[in-house]
Amino acid sequence: MSIILNHVNYIYDGDTEIPVKALDNVSLTINDGEFIGLIGHTGSGKSTLVQHLNGLMKPTSGGVYYNGADIHDEDYDLKTLRSKVGLVFQYPEHQLFEVDVFSDVCFGPKNLGLPKKEVELRAFEALRLVGFPEEYFYQSPFELSGGQKRRVAIAGVLAMKPDVLILDEPTAGLDPKGRDEILDQIQKLREETNMTVVLVSHSMEDVAKYVGRIIVMNHGKVMFDDTPKKVFKHYKELEEVGLAAPQVTYIMHALKEHGFAVDTDATTIAEAKEEILRYFNLTK
Amino acid sequence: MLRDITLGQYYQSDSVIHKLDPRVKLITTMVFIISLFVVDNFIGYLIAALFLTMVIKLSKVPFKFMVKGMKSIMILLMITVVFNLFLTPGEPLISVWKLTITKEGLRTAVLMAVRLTFLIIGSSVMTLTTTPNNLTDGLEKLMKPLKVLHVPVHEVAMMMSIALRFIPILLEETDKIMKAQIARGADFESGNLIKKAKSLVPLLVPLFISAFRRANDLAMAMEARCYRGGDQRTKMKPLQYKKRDVLAYTTVAAYLVVCIVVGRILPGMFSA
Repeated sequence: MSIILNHVNYIYDGDTEIPVKALDNVSLTINDGEFIGLIGHTGSGKSTLVQHLNGLMKPTSGGVYYNGADIHDEDYDLKTLRSKVGLVFQYPEHQLFEVDVFSDVCFGPKNLGLPKKEVELRAFEALRLVGFPEEYFYQSPFELSGGQKRRVAIAGVLAMKPDVLILDEPTAGLDPKGRDEILDQIQKLREETNMTVVLVSHSMEDVAKYVGRIIVMNHGKVMFDDTPKKVFKHYKELEEVGLAAPQVTYIMHALKEHGFAVDTDATTIAEAKEEILRYFNLTK
Repeated sequence: MLRDITLGQYYQSDSVIHKLDPRVKLITTMVFIISLFVVDNFIGYLIAALFLTMVIKLSKVPFKFMVKGMKSIMILLMITVVFNLFLTPGEPLISVWKLTITKEGLRTAVLMAVRLTFLIIGSSVMTLTTTPNNLTDGLEKLMKPLKVLHVPVHEVAMMMSIALRFIPILLEETDKIMKAQIARGADFESGNLIKKAKSLVPLLVPLFISAFRRANDLAMAMEARCYRGGDQRTKMKPLQYKKRDVLAYTTVAAYLVVCIVVGRILPGMFSA
């Protein structure tokens, strides 16, 4: 069970004077159960990349394979693929349209042609998974707060019970509290369902705490693809392409430069604390 | 999928036509359309074709962009051709069952087809080479005299430029919402007419909401910058005729004269 991208190229507006190469020879394997952070600044091709994963966009050249089958084969069932590879777009609350929250979440499973009971069961479960309070189930989605709307929209995709969940900038436009809540919820959800999760973001800080693998995109190319610790070692190169490593990485490096022999691998505040304490206990 | 619509789309390039004053382009388009209705013989259309080819060549816009715009009026064109072909009375050419193609019918049908094609291509040259902002600027300036009649010229121009500005934004938004709903298993293509119409609800509701939200934001932003309509409003780049504009006007005038002579006066002389 995996998604494989094999030498994928995608060119925007191929017939104007200024064609843009949004994806440049991207080869990737997304394995089952991974938690991946896909990072790049605006226009690096990350949104284009995720739209290839569920067949919304077709590569100009190269192939996309889900569980070994080419998704652009003529008789491949894209509808099923899209229920298996759930994609939550940026600002997903803009896609809400139903009269109440519950019916909106029902939209996805209903499109799969499931019986009514199953549809409602899945909607209920999805809303529970994103931590949406039950007393608002029958409220209009347009009366909710930004963070709640987003939860509903994510539930709308979750209700199709995907094996892979891709979230395109799920925290964009939320305040720090809303951001942490959503990210924690995603983390919890992953633990409960054991889904493969791809988190698209332009902020290292956001993803460093959660993911096990980071893919850095730059100008349509994969720049780094490794564990957070190894990717953050290249913090100077990341800076050159307009990204930054988490602040703790900078602190650890600064400490080392000033003669404290700490290990600079720490990527989260908790790890950094442990490492600094270890060092001071050692030198006492 | 929605990127194919060219009507009202600007094509970025650096050509003489792009640099012309929008007023010149507006008037030229008008003159060109008039010329199409003035002439009704093939030599006249040949001249129109030459003129159009020259402008397209100068504009550096690939020809396929003009053709793309044609697709949208193909059905209209077909209907016009078919009706003219079969329903014009005159000398019969071919007769199948109750349908008769006449010599006059064939002639009108072909002329009509050419006329409509040129009309669409001619006006798409204008929109492809002029930014919407420039276009409304030109319109506003051209319509200035109407102010005496209390026509709200500036407001009309502003409304037009906002409407034009919103076309690509809403198209992009439509594309995005469509994709988001497809990712949730929505199906916009299969099924009968009723099912298809119903499937548009998940697209239209969010689209309208977003359009209203954008309109609201824009109104707020304009108000915050003390926008008060057209009175005493100055322009950062006021339109000014340059040498090339005068040259263009002369060319257009010459073209119109040739068209009238060839399309109207010459045939009259021969038949007399």
